[in-house]
Amino acid sequence: MRVLREILRQPAALLGFAIVCIVVLSAFAAPLIAPFPPEQQMFDGLTLEGSPMPPDAKFWLGTDTLGRDLFSRLLYGARTSLIIGVVANGSAVLIGLTLGMLAGYLRGTVGNIIMRFTDLMMAFPALLLAIVLAALLKPSLWIVALVIASVNWVQVARIVYTETCALVERDFIVAERSLGASHGRIIFFHIAPHLIPTAIVWGTLGIATTVLLEATLSFLGIGVQPPQASWGNIIFESQSYFTAAPWLVYYPGLAILLTALSFNLVGDALRDILDPLQRGRL
Amino acid sequence: MKNTQKQASGAPVVLTVEDLTLDALTPFGSKRVLDGISFKLHEGETLCLAGESGSGKSVTSLAIMRLLPITSLRVTRGSIKLHDRELLTLHESAMRNVRGADIAMIFQEPMTSLNPVMRIGDQLTEAIRTHQKMGVGDARRAALEMLDAVKITDAKRRLDQYPHELSGGMRQRVMISMALSCRPKVLIADEPTTALDVTVQAQILKLLQELKSEFGASIIMITHDMGVVAEVADRVAIMKSGKIIEAGTTLKIFENPQEAYTQELIAAVPRLGARKGTDSPPRISSVENVEVQTPSTAVLNVEELAVTYGAKAGWFGKGAVGFSAVRGVSFSLKPGRTLGLVGESGSGKSTTGKAVLGLIPFSGKVTIDGVPITKTSQAALKPMRRLAQMIFQDPYASLDPRMTVGEAIAEPLVIHQIGNKNEHRDEVASLLRKVGLSPDVATRYPHEFSGGQRQRICIARALTLRPKLIVADESVAALDVSVRARVLDLMLELQETMGLAYLFISHDMAVVERMCHDVMVMRNGEVVESGSRRKVFESPQVAYTKELLSAVPIPDPRRRNAA
Repeated sequence: MRVLREILRQPAALLGFAIVCIVVLSAFAAPLIAPFPPEQQMFDGLTLEGSPMPPDAKFWLGTDTLGRDLFSRLLYGARTSLIIGVVANGSAVLIGLTLGMLAGYLRGTVGNIIMRFTDLMMAFPALLLAIVLAALLKPSLWIVALVIASVNWVQVARIVYTETCALVERDFIVAERSLGASHGRIIFFHIAPHLIPTAIVWGTLGIATTVLLEATLSFLGIGVQPPQASWGNIIFESQSYFTAAPWLVYYPGLAILLTALSFNLVGDALRDILDPLQRGRL
Repeated sequence: MKNTQKQASGAPVVLTVEDLTLDALTPFGSKRVLDGISFKLHEGETLCLAGESGSGKSVTSLAIMRLLPITSLRVTRGSIKLHDRELLTLHESAMRNVRGADIAMIFQEPMTSLNPVMRIGDQLTEAIRTHQKMGVGDARRAALEMLDAVKITDAKRRLDQYPHELSGGMRQRVMISMALSCRPKVLIADEPTTALDVTVQAQILKLLQELKSEFGASIIMITHDMGVVAEVADRVAIMKSGKIIEAGTTLKIFENPQEAYTQELIAAVPRLGARKGTDSPPRISSVENVEVQTPSTAVLNVEELAVTYGAKAGWFGKGAVGFSAVRGVSFSLKPGRTLGLVGESGSGKSTTGKAVLGLIPFSGKVTIDGVPITKTSQAALKPMRRLAQMIFQDPYASLDPRMTVGEAIAEPLVIHQIGNKNEHRDEVASLLRKVGLSPDVATRYPHEFSGGQRQRICIARALTLRPKLIVADESVAALDVSVRARVLDLMLELQETMGLAYLFISHDMAVVERMCHDVMVMRNGEVVESGSRRKVFESPQVAYTKELLSAVPIPDPRRRNAA
């Protein structure tokens, strides 16, 4: 409750929060809002020469090369992109956080094994791995999310590992040990809270990159399968028509930008609100 | 000394600071940091700005150098004149020529103020060539001369070494040689010896005094240590909350302080020899404690303790291969007694303290209250934690910044699953009262407190499980002197009322003298002398102990002549 109240007090955070709410709501309510079914190819959605229609009164954001309504596709695409951005990216942060924290706290053999594995994953071309995984498993939205999560956790693990190593040496952790606290208690109650800012920053920054990674995968044919819409594959399907029909790239691009930015604003505010050090001194 | 003083007062003025007033700009408005600071520095004089943390002494020195962060601190009025030249309005490029050439500065921590990836010789020649037209070869010769002047052994070899290859004392000598290389008129030394061991401190202070006359510089020395003031200062300005509350010659300040705060500051300094002829620390509480009158069994027994770092990947990971930090340490400690563990940095005293609590792997036999400590796993040691606790050097670092004070103090109860939430709250309140804090503060976070209050909180946390033994590792080293005295009194009082045994680790001989019944002197991981405090302090047998004792700065300016 306090968190919500504090967010409402800061203009930037409020704006971000509002946009996040709008995106989430329109994704849920897509069937109610969308003027046309997203996959319907309409005859009057194309000009006589067969090129896409620019935005007008009927097609608010124009149509794509197959005569489908862009606005409707963006609304449905929001579902896909949110799942990718929030679920896939969230899992990546969670995996990275856990492994990085364990490696940094335990060090020794276990820590070394985890970190060398992380290094290996870092050196491995992410796209190649994604292609292999996607080829082995039947492409679907959830598989794509899984693939992205299993590629994107590495950076988080690296950063969290370094931070944890520094934290473990701090006196208050030694103090906890001298009080008799168990390893679990130290990790979850005394180390994890200090990593929240990192997790939030990565969590919000990662949304834009994961949405684009999904687009790349879709472009290679191993991502979300057409005709299902996602913001990424709308951009990639239409990129060659950029000069003739710029709206096909601008609007989904704008959607990704706004969503990532507003998650960022909310994340920034959250980080400050959750940090007790930001509160006044005695 | 009289000579220097006469000379100083008659000598021309080098630096004049007048009515210097400084505001800090915060989101909540501006806050006065310095309020009408005025002083004059004469040629060849050492002026000490003394005061506790937050008094504005470092800010004053940064203002003179014009090195203040302009976004957060602003000079509102006043003037700083070097001879007749106003520094506050000087153009930045002209000011750059003043820095280093006319006014030079040395800092507390020589490791952080030297560039770690640059050889000593290169750093020195760079400093010299910034202000003097000189070829590289000439500058290098000048650098070598400077290193000789600060009496660094084997100066020629040092030119090609990196800062990390030198000891702390040598690094500070390099800093001093760098600062003096352009023959500045004013040398500002900001706590130059605080980070150094006491024997090294004595050498550096002596060196500064010698160089002052050799180079004809005046020194502004910033320090919190009245002992250092008494050793080096010609005149003293006592600062408190951004004001100079009293100024005068060193003799006058020490022998006839006018302000109550100055008197308090001087009185608070523990004097070596203050407890001469007694066997135990002073009694603080009025409570007579019968329980601990004749302690019989030892609460802590240590036999042949040895700690080796790096033999396998241990707590510190990559140590040197098989570096032996502590070996052959044996002692025992009875309830209600305090054993002081003294020595310089690297002597192994902190390592001993940590090993005793099983915080690092060790070999040898440690018994706490009859129970042998064999394994160092967290789970195996849990029952022992109720008997023995630790108080750290830096109270801020040893409290989780994301936990309220109440949570921190109740943490031991949660860990050991004692009592419920309500009982925890009552226990926290009673512990806070015991260490002299109000129970209302339980909901606040550590950063909202002052250093002394934080250390009280740490003491409360250590007492939560009602331990019999407390390992206090430099527990008052980070505190201001006046606060330090009160925390020490609190520790003595708690010892009397609760029959605690302290393993008191400290580099400060005066503090150890005040707190301890017995003393153990450590050097390079071995005990060189041990016995009752009275015996060790009044008739030390080993040369090293004598050296340690004689290096302690004494807050009495008259002693200087005798030495």
